[in-house]
Amino acid sequence: MKEELFASGRNIPNIDPTLNIWHWQIPSYLFLGGLAAGILFFAGVFTIMGKEEQMSATVKKAPLVAPFALILGLFLLFLDLKHKLWFWQLYTTIRLESPMGWGAWVLMIMTPISMVWSASYLTELIPGWDWKFKFLKTFESWVIRNRVLIAWPMVIYAVILGIYTGILLSAFNARPLWNTSILGPLFLVSGMSTGAAVILLVSKNHEERKIIGRIDLLLIVVELFFITHLFMGDKAGSEAQINAVNLFLGGSFTAPFFAFVVILGLLFPAILEIMELRGFKVPIAVPAILILLGGFIFRFLIVEAGQITRYLY
Amino acid sequence: MRYAMAIDTRKCVGCSDCVVACQTENDVPNGFCRDWVKEVVDGTYPNVSIELRSERCNHCANSPCVRCCPTGASHFEEGGIVLVEHNKCIGCGACIESCPYEARYSHPDGYVDKCTFCIHRVRQGNDPACVSVCPTRCMYFGDLEDPNSKLVNVLKNRKFKSLAPEAGTQPQIFYLL
Repeated sequence: MKEELFASGRNIPNIDPTLNIWHWQIPSYLFLGGLAAGILFFAGVFTIMGKEEQMSATVKKAPLVAPFALILGLFLLFLDLKHKLWFWQLYTTIRLESPMGWGAWVLMIMTPISMVWSASYLTELIPGWDWKFKFLKTFESWVIRNRVLIAWPMVIYAVILGIYTGILLSAFNARPLWNTSILGPLFLVSGMSTGAAVILLVSKNHEERKIIGRIDLLLIVVELFFITHLFMGDKAGSEAQINAVNLFLGGSFTAPFFAFVVILGLLFPAILEIMELRGFKVPIAVPAILILLGGFIFRFLIVEAGQITRYLY
Repeated sequence: MRYAMAIDTRKCVGCSDCVVACQTENDVPNGFCRDWVKEVVDGTYPNVSIELRSERCNHCANSPCVRCCPTGASHFEEGGIVLVEHNKCIGCGACIESCPYEARYSHPDGYVDKCTFCIHRVRQGNDPACVSVCPTRCMYFGDLEDPNSKLVNVLKNRKFKSLAPEAGTQPQIFYLL
C-alpha cells in the first residue's frame, strides 16, 4: 500500500482544485472550433469539385454558422484567460513551439476567411440584400470570381484548425490521457462529423443529405476506430497511461462516456443514418442533434478526465 | 552556471518551515503556496516506510511550461531558473496543464505564479528562503557546475533521485535517499 499525504498546508488530494485550471470554456471552444473546421472543410471541398449547385446547403448555407461558431469560440477562450487585459500579447509573439500560440494565429486567419466566405453568399441567399458601399460590392464580386482560389487555403486551414483542437491537448506530456498523437486525428474526424451534422440540419435537398449522410457514416466508423485505437494504445502504455485510460474502462468516466458518446453520440445516429439510407423515414434532425451532443460531451469528458491524470512519483 | 537543489529526505522532519518561509518571503497570497511537503507512506503496519519530500518547481532544463507558453512569459533566467514575467502572462493555463509536478498556480491577480528559487536573494549571494530557514539543514542550494560547492559534494557522496525523470523534463531538484 502506498499513501501520499500533504504534510504542509496544501489541502489537496494529489491535485489541488486550483490546478484543475480548464473548465467548461475550453471543451466548448474545442467543440465550436472543430464544428467550424468541419463545415468549412466540406464547403471548400465541394467548391473545388465544382458542385456548388448540387451541394448548395453545404457550400452556401451551412458556412453561415462558421463565423459565429468561431467568434463565440474566441470569446470563450477569452473568458478562460485569467489575466484578460493582457490577451493581446498572443498576437505580438510568434512561438511555434507553443500549440496555443500557433492555434491563436490559425484562428486569426480562419475567422476572417469564414466571414468573407459566408458574406459572399448573402446577396444570393437573402433576396434584397444590399452591401450599400461600392467597395464592398467590388470586393464581393472579386470573391465570387475567385471562390476556388479561396477554397484551397480554406480547406487546408480547416484541417489544421480541426487537428489543432486535439494537438492543443496532446502536446501536454504531463497529462498521460492526452499525450497521444491519435488525439489530433480523432478530434479532426469528430469535428468533421459535427460539421456534417450541421449540414444535415440545414439542408433541404434529399440528394445532398444522402451524400453528406454517407460521409458522416464513414466519419463515425473512423472515429470509433480511433477511440478504440486510443484506448488500446494507452492500455499498452506505461502505468500512468494505464491509470488514465482506466478512467474510461471501469473508472468514473465509463458510464457517461459509453452512454452519451459511444452509444447515443455515435452508434445510435449511425444506425439511424443507415436506416435513412435504406429508405426508412427517419427525421434527419434526430441523428444530427445526437452527433452534435455526443461531440460536445466527448470533448467535455476528455478535458475533464485528462486533468485528473498525472505522472506517478 | 546551473542552479539546482538537493533535499535530504532522511533529515527532513516535515515541519513545513520551508513553506511558511516561502510564503512570507515572497508574499504568497493566502491559501496558496509555491512549495509544499509531501509525506509518502509505503507498506502496511508494522512494515512501513516513510518519505518526507519538500516539493517545488523543479526548474527543469527541458521545461514543458516554457515550451508551451504562447507569449513567452515563462522563460529561463540565469542558471536555468524558470521564471514567469507577470506582465506577459495572459493566464491561459497552458503551463499549469503542462507541469508534471503541479508546481504552478493561478495567482488571484490573474497571472501564473510559482517558485523562483528566490532569484532576488540568489542574485545577492544568499540562499533561497526555504533553504536558509530549514531547522535540520536538509536542503542544499548551489551551482551544479561549481565542483567545490556543497551541493556537488553531497550529490557525489549520496544516492539520490529526481521526480518523474521519465517525463523528459530534466528536473533540477534532487532528493537524497
